[in-house]
Amino acid sequence: MARIVIETTINGRAREIAVKPNQTLLEYLRDELHLTGAVEGCGVGVCGSCTVLVDGRPVSSCLTLATNVEGREVTTIEGLSRGGQLDLVQQAFLEYQAFQCGYCTPGMIMAVKGLLAEFSAQAPTEAQIRDYLSGNICRCGTYAEVLQAVQSLVGRLAPAGSPG
Amino acid sequence: MLPSMEDAPEGFRSLLVETPHPDGPFGAKGVGEAGLGPVAPAIGNAVANALGGARVKDLPIRPDRVLAALRAGPSPSGSGLR
Repeated sequence: MARIVIETTINGRAREIAVKPNQTLLEYLRDELHLTGAVEGCGVGVCGSCTVLVDGRPVSSCLTLATNVEGREVTTIEGLSRGGQLDLVQQAFLEYQAFQCGYCTPGMIMAVKGLLAEFSAQAPTEAQIRDYLSGNICRCGTYAEVLQAVQSLVGRLAPAGSPG
Repeated sequence: MLPSMEDAPEGFRSLLVETPHPDGPFGAKGVGEAGLGPVAPAIGNAVANALGGARVKDLPIRPDRVLAALRAGPSPSGSGLR
């Protein structure tokens, strides 16, 4: 099948990539770039384990055609750490042991990145956190720990000038 | 359906009850896999039941293995149903 050449940015690096017209972003990331952090759980956009950021917003990469990221910025779990330092969200997940088997963790962390970005002006309530992350299924049942990790971040990342 | 974060009860606390497993490394025992283990045997039993007791003992249960099991005839362990 003829490939389509698109320009995109993946984890901060501008790239020109040749994608198949029927290839999902998840397939391209995993099979061709070997960025295997995003994983396929359900393949139909229900479980959230393939979540990556596109222009800062979490999307299911299993439902996103690779051609659709033309001119956009894609961030995967591999793109979070800086100079060997884990991202704050990753650190919080470690601190609160917010995972058991780890399969949902990359997607969960990317969803939390989206949550924190979306609620950067006003801290999310517990109900808003639960609602935002309800598209990320954890079969081990570590929701309580994930919630604690996120709440610790919300406390730490309170925007300057906001009360508390 | 799997419960989502919205279904997790409020004030949910995990308590670790330490009962070391004698055969596991450092006393560890897998727990997340408990839901996976029974699935293949359950499907295998259903297939054996449908085949009149001929049992496929290797995964995946492919058509060629089903044919081979049918040719070999009912397994001594039967259909798995009593």
